[in-house]
Amino acid sequence: MELSYTAAEQEFRQEVREFFKDKLPADLARKVQESKINTRDDMMRWHRILFEKGWIAPAWPKQYGGAEWSIIQRHIYDEEAAEAGAPMVAPFGLIMCGPVVMKYGTQKQKDFFLPRILSGEIVFCQGYSEPGSGSDLASLKTRAVLEGDQYRINGQKTWTSMARWADWIFCLVRTDVTAAKRQEGISFLLIDMKSPGIRVRPIVTMDGGAEVNETFFDDVMVPAENRIGEENKGWTYAKYLLGNERTSIGQVGGSKRELKKLKDVARAEHMDENRRFRDKVALLEIDLMGLELSNLRMIASLRGGKDPGAEASILKIKGSEIQQRITELAFEALGPLALPFQREALEEGWNGEIVGPDYAPPVAPKYFNMRKTSIYGGSNEIQKNILAKAMLGL
Amino acid sequence: MDFDYSEEQRLLDETVRRLVRDEYAFADRKKYLVEPHGYSAALWAKYAELGLLGLPFAEEHGGFGGGGIETMIVMEAFGRGLALEPYLATVVLGGGLVALAGSDAQKSDILPEVAAGTLLLALAHSERRARYNLAHVETAAKASGAGFVLDGHKTMVLHGGAAHKYIVSARTASATTDRNGISLFIVDREAKGVAVHDYQTVDGQRAADVTLTGVSVGGDALLGPRDGALPIISRVTDRAVAALCAEAVGIMETLNAMTLDYIKTRKQFGVAIGSFQVLQHRMVDMVIALEQAKSMEILAAMSVDSADANERARAISAAKVQSGLSGRLVGQQAIQLHGGIGMTDEYAAGHYFKRLSSIEYTFGDTDYHLDRFPAF
Repeated sequence: MELSYTAAEQEFRQEVREFFKDKLPADLARKVQESKINTRDDMMRWHRILFEKGWIAPAWPKQYGGAEWSIIQRHIYDEEAAEAGAPMVAPFGLIMCGPVVMKYGTQKQKDFFLPRILSGEIVFCQGYSEPGSGSDLASLKTRAVLEGDQYRINGQKTWTSMARWADWIFCLVRTDVTAAKRQEGISFLLIDMKSPGIRVRPIVTMDGGAEVNETFFDDVMVPAENRIGEENKGWTYAKYLLGNERTSIGQVGGSKRELKKLKDVARAEHMDENRRFRDKVALLEIDLMGLELSNLRMIASLRGGKDPGAEASILKIKGSEIQQRITELAFEALGPLALPFQREALEEGWNGEIVGPDYAPPVAPKYFNMRKTSIYGGSNEIQKNILAKAMLGL
Repeated sequence: MDFDYSEEQRLLDETVRRLVRDEYAFADRKKYLVEPHGYSAALWAKYAELGLLGLPFAEEHGGFGGGGIETMIVMEAFGRGLALEPYLATVVLGGGLVALAGSDAQKSDILPEVAAGTLLLALAHSERRARYNLAHVETAAKASGAGFVLDGHKTMVLHGGAAHKYIVSARTASATTDRNGISLFIVDREAKGVAVHDYQTVDGQRAADVTLTGVSVGGDALLGPRDGALPIISRVTDRAVAALCAEAVGIMETLNAMTLDYIKTRKQFGVAIGSFQVLQHRMVDMVIALEQAKSMEILAAMSVDSADANERARAISAAKVQSGLSGRLVGQQAIQLHGGIGMTDEYAAGHYFKRLSSIEYTFGDTDYHLDRFPAF
């Protein structure tokens, strides 16, 4: 039993750290540290820097242009990226759709999509949820009818993150309404967002932002060759997709960075002298220590070739609770100072005068926004159902 | 980074798991409880035979040079069986103090006998008004000739009734709660002026109050530096906390397994109660609580011998906080999910719950360790 890293791993960490020091644009890192809103340009600027370095796809095999890092290297990279304040890179192509194309795509699909996902020429978004299909995803109704060599798509997707930024969308659609099991009538399609008949409407959330969208499909024609794998087997591919990239499911790195910020804010507000508040921060930090160790244990077992399976759900539940709790305590630390609504102060180039301390504007919106973490990616209640069934046999 | 046991550790784990499985059925434990000192003398001899009693000591003293992980492995197994033997008292605390602070002569005198299972030790440190403050020592040791005279009262001396020797903390200088001025003495149970009131604790284990009235000891009874024992007491207490966190994990594992089994088989309204979502989610909460406690148990075991005292204290206190929180949730919900049967003395769950509760209030409760944890 050993918590420390090997010399080679430490060297790798150093290499990553130096790369961030040299190549991570200071204005981007500052935006992350100050919880400002990232633009598509911000995201793509960083995407291209990573692409040029060959680090844009840490888990992809070299044959597809990935870095093919070990799971430990990926974990080290995630840690360093979070600490350095590297902006997010859109995960929908790189982490979700890309591996599905690799495993189930045709040669033509691989040749077309994989290099473009890597270079950033194609940004994907995800078309899973529908207004009537949230936790019960298999009930989805967006209809795809084959007409010759094209599918005609009608329906609506919702909660589509980055839909306004995306070039393509990967979608679960219903191709067989008569299938005995609902899961058996679903196909996995890649759809060009420029296709006629697609309409995107932003959904303003309670924090004032609009990360998510409704995506409408009205007689959208999609070439059948954009289907992944077999017709009506989409559920299998969707499940494969969900199993990918578990090393960062608990969001430990980001939470460590945010906890540090919380402490800075709390100190500035003299809340470190408030015993009741201090205890809450201590409990939160202890919870995060436990999560970090649980995450490392999972990484070690993945490295050993074991699939933790349902246990990843524990990290999702704990990780999301901790993410939320950090923002909750930041709001508490500021109290009334967090109440002035200053959405525009989070945007780039805004030069107005901030009411209250500089760090106040993002605090309340972030608290409201982070309620999403226990809802998305399979709500925490669904995660508990999964654990009860798959891990406990209930 | 590696969370696998070494080959030796794996063997140790297998050995103690098998031992507990074979020897610590709930019915066996009932028999051990009514033995003279409330534990199995035969098993104690067996532990010695297997090398468990010398596990953390140096080879020259009959030991195996084990560290935090080895103790964790043993204590986890003891937790699964709710073992009653004075392992924590004699090996971790008593033997640990001698190994840390003893002179060569003291070590050679005491440790091989501990390892052989023939000498039982107990730490007589807690006092009525100390609560969890390790620096609170009223018991006085007055210099007298080449030796000392001890007067005072110690409480909740773990396995104090069975011990042959006590390691007594006493004040050789300064006022009651000063960090300096505390010394340790090795005191024979048979020494004149030692009175022992042995009792059972709520979890079925044994402890004692030890009263010292004009007890004379020689200069060679001093263990470690005069006036400077607190860091040593603190260090060995941290080890005991790590050990208790491991025992708690063993207990929680067992309670979770028992509860899961119960809700799968217990039928009400014509179905297994485990088919109800409210109970499924509660059970998952218990699993998550255990997972967190398990991670912190490992962190504690890995940090317990860290040279950096701050880092050590941080990890140990964090682990004890998590153990306390997880222990309460798992313990209380295990009883709840069992319903009425969980309340009964004849069913094991309550006994596991009681031990978890005792652990929570031993060597610092959740609030004490939360306070000790450096948040800012």
